[in-house]
Amino acid sequence: MGKISNEDLLKRISDKFQDQVTVVGEPFGLLTLETGREQIIDVLTFLKEDPTLQFIFLTDITAIHYPEQENPIGVIYHLHSLVNNVRVRLKVFLPAGDVRIPTATVLWNGANWMERETYDFFGVVFDGHPDLRRILNVDDMEAFPMRKEYPLEDPNRVDKKDYFFGR
Amino acid sequence: MSDIQLVDAPAGVEGAGFFATTADKAIGLARSYSLWPLPFATSCCGIEFMATMSPHYDLARFGAERLSFSPRQADLLMVMGTISKKMGPVLRQVYLQMAEPRWVMAVGACASSGGIFDTYSVLQGIDEVIPVDVYVPGCPPRPEAIIDGFMDIQKLVQSETLRRRNEPQYQDLLASYGIQ
Repeated sequence: MGKISNEDLLKRISDKFQDQVTVVGEPFGLLTLETGREQIIDVLTFLKEDPTLQFIFLTDITAIHYPEQENPIGVIYHLHSLVNNVRVRLKVFLPAGDVRIPTATVLWNGANWMERETYDFFGVVFDGHPDLRRILNVDDMEAFPMRKEYPLEDPNRVDKKDYFFGR
Repeated sequence: MSDIQLVDAPAGVEGAGFFATTADKAIGLARSYSLWPLPFATSCCGIEFMATMSPHYDLARFGAERLSFSPRQADLLMVMGTISKKMGPVLRQVYLQMAEPRWVMAVGACASSGGIFDTYSVLQGIDEVIPVDVYVPGCPPRPEAIIDGFMDIQKLVQSETLRRRNEPQYQDLLASYGIQ
């Protein structure tokens, strides 16, 4: 068990940010919070620099796409407090036409490649990122492949056509 | 005593003290038993290739024991494994650096058609970027299958004209890949 309980952690965050941060749930004991892109950097800064919490390790930045939601693209931050042995997850959902969020490279240099990967696969634009370009996929790819509107399969595939199977 | 076998002489005119054949056939024979493969191995088919090179299967019997890890000296590009789209230009560059005459063998389902990786990030067969002479099916193919494909390459080498690159058919093929 961590040295700080989830209730204690949540109390400290809500003391500082009141209703700007809402609780999504606590699956498998992992406190999951949701906030907006206006205050995400403030929340991250608070979590990182608070002398008690010390969430100094950015485990991952990724994203998720729920096409049926009003704000379909969610950016997800995983933080780890090595001192307290506690993890926390932050989600920010963004509207479809305006998938932008401030960069976390101001806090962690390690966010650089994570944000490039998130941009590569989900098309999330991180404002202020020093070098936002594709990292894993080919440079001339036009799709953001993990978004649901793009097909998983490659259109050049020929040996799976229906007429080979009498369909 | 070991049982040493020699290849049959190509068709030609034979008489007392002389043997005449065409340069095509003689050089084709010599080339086919001294192919230098460039193994472009990216995954499990490459492991099968290692077995193929081992003494048990012994690709050296076919005159191919000298692997060339530089494309400049290689005759045969053996592509074994999944080629992602990001590696496509690299593979093409390796092919372009090979000198004529050159042959390409796609070993395994992934190199031939993309295999199980029907996805946005994987090249659906290396024939999207370079021309291929022989496809070896299998996932991965057994060493016997790789040897069978290699012997098909040898037959190609023996039956082709000396300067394949001058044939209009071959030039059209390369032009269709934007290579010249």
